Amino acid sequence: MKLTLQVWRQERPESKGRLISYGVNDVSPDMSFLEMLDVLNIELVKKNEVPIAFDHDCREGICGSCGMMINGRAHGPGRGIATCQLHMRHFKDGDTIVIEPWRARAFPVLKDLMVDRTAMDRVMMAGGYVSTKTGGMVDGNTLLIPKPIADEAFDAAACIGCGACVASCPNSSLMLFVAAKVSQLALLPQGQHERKERVESMLAVMDENQFGSCTNTYACEAECPKEISVTHIARLNREFIRAKITA
Amino acid sequence: MVLESNIPEGPIEKKWTNHKFTSKLVNPSNRRKYTVAVVGTGLAGASAAASLAELGYNVLAFSYHESPRRAHSIAAQGGINAGKNYANDGDSVYRLFYDTLKGGDYRAREGNVYRLAEVSGSIIDQCVAQGVPFARDYAGYLDNRSFGGAQVSRTFYARGQTGQQLLLGAYSALARQMETGGVKFFARREMLDVVLVDGKARGIVARNMLNGKVESYAADAVILATGGYANAFFLSTNAKASNATAIWRAHKKGALFANPCFTQIHPTCIPVSGEHQSKLTLMSESLRNDGRIWVPKIKDDKRLPQDIPENERDYYLERQYPSFGNLVPRDVASRRAKEMCDKGFGVGPSKMAVYLDFAEAIKRVGKEIVKERYGNLFDMYKQITAEDPYLQPMRIYPAVHYTMGGLWVDYNLMSTIPGLFVGGEANFSDHGANRLGASALMQGLADGYFILPYTVGNYLAGTKFETVKTDHAAFKDAENDVDATIMKLMNVNGTKTVDEFHREYGKVMWEFVGMGRNKAGLEKALTLLPKIREAFWKDVKLTGEANDINTELEKAQRVADFLELGELMARDALHREESCGGHFREEHQTDEGEAMRNDEKFAYVAAWEFKGIGTEPAMHKEHLVFDYVKPSQRSYK
Repeated sequence: MKLTLQVWRQERPESKGRLISYGVNDVSPDMSFLEMLDVLNIELVKKNEVPIAFDHDCREGICGSCGMMINGRAHGPGRGIATCQLHMRHFKDGDTIVIEPWRARAFPVLKDLMVDRTAMDRVMMAGGYVSTKTGGMVDGNTLLIPKPIADEAFDAAACIGCGACVASCPNSSLMLFVAAKVSQLALLPQGQHERKERVESMLAVMDENQFGSCTNTYACEAECPKEISVTHIARLNREFIRAKITA
Repeated sequence: MVLESNIPEGPIEKKWTNHKFTSKLVNPSNRRKYTVAVVGTGLAGASAAASLAELGYNVLAFSYHESPRRAHSIAAQGGINAGKNYANDGDSVYRLFYDTLKGGDYRAREGNVYRLAEVSGSIIDQCVAQGVPFARDYAGYLDNRSFGGAQVSRTFYARGQTGQQLLLGAYSALARQMETGGVKFFARREMLDVVLVDGKARGIVARNMLNGKVESYAADAVILATGGYANAFFLSTNAKASNATAIWRAHKKGALFANPCFTQIHPTCIPVSGEHQSKLTLMSESLRNDGRIWVPKIKDDKRLPQDIPENERDYYLERQYPSFGNLVPRDVASRRAKEMCDKGFGVGPSKMAVYLDFAEAIKRVGKEIVKERYGNLFDMYKQITAEDPYLQPMRIYPAVHYTMGGLWVDYNLMSTIPGLFVGGEANFSDHGANRLGASALMQGLADGYFILPYTVGNYLAGTKFETVKTDHAAFKDAENDVDATIMKLMNVNGTKTVDEFHREYGKVMWEFVGMGRNKAGLEKALTLLPKIREAFWKDVKLTGEANDINTELEKAQRVADFLELGELMARDALHREESCGGHFREEHQTDEGEAMRNDEKFAYVAAWEFKGIGTEPAMHKEHLVFDYVKPSQRSYK
C-alpha cells in the first residue's frame, strides 16, 4: 500500500516543531509500524536528510520504550498493544497517518518523537519499592499469597512504564502509573509496612513533576497497552485517604 | 598467558562458603571511599549496583536507555530456575548443578555452576521480599512449571513476563538507592571505552547520547553487565539496541573473549515474514510444556494444519526423544526443526517453519487453563501473524537468542584486566555451550545480588590504589580515540546505510556461522565478513550531527564493533572441531544426527586475545576439569 505520513519533526527541545509530510510506498501489511518507519528512515538517510528520531527497543511490547500518538491515539488503533506491536494491516491503501510525540508538560520533547520520561523514574524513586536489602530474606514460601491476590497484584505490576496513560489523559495525569505500583504493593504482604509513606510520597513527587490530576475520564485505561484497570486508581485513592486519616 | 580460574580448593559444596570466608573485607565505614562503575542496568547490572550501594560503596550506574527499566532482561518470558524442590519431585542444588552442566554439554566450570545452583534459592527469596508477584497456588504457595532440559519442576514464573517482574524488582532496589544517593544513575550514556591506569580498570569513557559529549568517569573497579551479542546476526530476538560495544572495546583493551562461537538458537520464534523484518519475536519455551511440535508426514503438504489427520503428522521430537519429548534442550529442538525444514517438511508461506500445536492441551485442560498459562503469548502471536493459535497451530522457527560466550572471567567474575568485572550474559561463565531455559535470569541475578558484591569487595580490599581522576592522561587518550572514531564514521559519507550493512553481515553470519556450521562455510565466512567490514568503513552513510541526538551514529558504532566480533565468532567456530551444545559442526555428528563432542581435544575454554583488526587473534586455553560429573554423551532419548 501507499501511505502519507504527517510526522512531527523537532530538532531540539527548545526549537519549534512542525508536521512534515512524507510519502511511503510498498508498505506490506505484515510490517510493523516501526518497521515502516525504519524503511522511511533508510530513504531519508539516502536523501541526505536526518532520520526521524524515536525511542524503541524490544519491539515486542514489554520494554515500554516506544510510544507515539498515531492519528491522535496513544500507540495508535487497537487495544492492549504498544506502538511496536501495531501492524500495518490495520491501515489501508491511501491512508494519511499523523504521528506525534507524547504531549505533556512533564514529558518535554527531546527530538522529533522522542520525549523525556525521566519524571516517571523520579516518582518511582519516591517509594515505588519495598525497602528491603539484598540478603537476610526468609524463605519465599513463608509469605503465603493466595492466587487471586497474587494475580491481582500481577495485573497491576504488568505496567511497562510507557507513559501512554499520561499522553492520553486530558490532564496529563500519571495516576494510572502511580496506582499500578501503589496497588501492587498494597495488595501484597511485603508492601504493608510502608503503605502510608509510599502513597503520600509518590503522589507528592508526581505533583512536583507537573503531572495533572485525575478527573476519572478513564482514557488511560482505554489506551494502556497492558490494559491496566482504573480500579487500581480507586485503590490508590483509598490508600491515600487511609494514609491521611490514620496518624 | 596462563588463565587462572581461581576456583577455590575443597569439596564442591564448600568452595563458595570457604571462598567467602577467606575473601578480604572492606570495613563498612571505608566502603564509601571506593567508587564502582556499573555499566548496564539490566538484571545483572541493576542488582549489582543496588547491592553494592546497600553495602555502602559509591556506585555510578550507566545505561544507554532513559531508564533502567528498559533493559532487555525485561523481555524474558518463561521463568527462573531454583533448586528448592518445592515440587517434591527430587530436585536439589546438586541436581540443578548437574542439569546445568550437562545442559551446557560439559563446557562450563564445575565450581562456577555449582555456586550458581547454590545461590539460586536465595534469588527467589530475595525477589519475593521485593514484592515480585510470582505465580502462586490457591493456598498461597509459590508455583512451579517445568522447562527444557530438566525432568523436575523448578521454574518459578510470573505469567509470561518473568523477566519483566524480576527486572522491575531489581530496578526498584536500584531506584531506592538512587533516591538515597548511593547510586548515581547516568541515563542515555553509551560506554565507548574502558580506561586502564597501571594495567587496572580505573573508569570508563561514555558518550552522552543527548548532546554527543564524550565524558569520562573514574572508578576503582568497573563492572560490565552489558548483555550478549546475538545482534551480530542482525536478526535475533534481542532488542534493537542490544550490542557488544562495551565488551568488545574492553576486549580490544586486553580482556580475553571466551568461546565466542557459543550462540544459542531458540527453537520457538515467530518465523521471518519478509525483507523488512527488523527483529524476531520469541515465544517462550514454556509453551513446549503443552504445545506439541509436528510437521506433515508428506513433503510440501498444502492442506491446512487442522485438515491433516493425526496419523499423517510427524511429532518428530516425541518420536525421536521419547523420554524428554517436546522438552528436549533448546539446541536439540532447534536443530531438529531446521533438519525437518531442510528436508522439505517445513510449513507456512516460507516453508521455514514447523507447527506448535495446542489442540490436544485445549482438549485436555480446556481453553481457559491454556489461556491462563499462555494468554499473553497467544495474544502476542496473533498480533504479529493475524492467526489465532487457539484455533490453529502456531508456526515457529528457530532464531538466535542468547550468547553463552562472552568476556572470560575467573571465579570472582573478574576479566583478564584487573578491576574489570563482568556479570550476566556479558561473561562466559556458567552455561557452557548451551544455556538451559530459565537459567539466564538465574545467572544474571546470582552474579548481581550474591556474587559480585563479595568478589568486588575482595578485590578492593586487596588492592592498592593511586588516586586517579578524569584529568589523567589515560582518560584524555581514550576520549581522543573515541572522538576520532566518531568523526571518522561521520565523515565517510558513502552510499549505504548502517542497517543495510548490518543486514548484509547478518545474512552471512546466519548462513555460515548459524545453526549448522562446517569448515568450508566458516572459511567462506572468514573471507566474506572482512570484505563487508572494509566496505562499511569506505561506504557507510550517516546524516545529522555528532553533537546531537543521532540514532544513526549510535547504530553505526555498535555495528562497527559487530563487524569485528563476527569474524572472531567464525574463527572460534572453525577451530572447534567438535559439536557441542549450540555449536554444531556438521562434520561431527552421529549417524542419528546427534552432536559429537570431542572431550579429548576440546574440553577447554577458548579465550581469545585481540591482536589488531584483521590480524589473527591468539588463543589461550583454560582446560576444564570434571571431578564430580563425568562428561557423557548427552542423551534425552
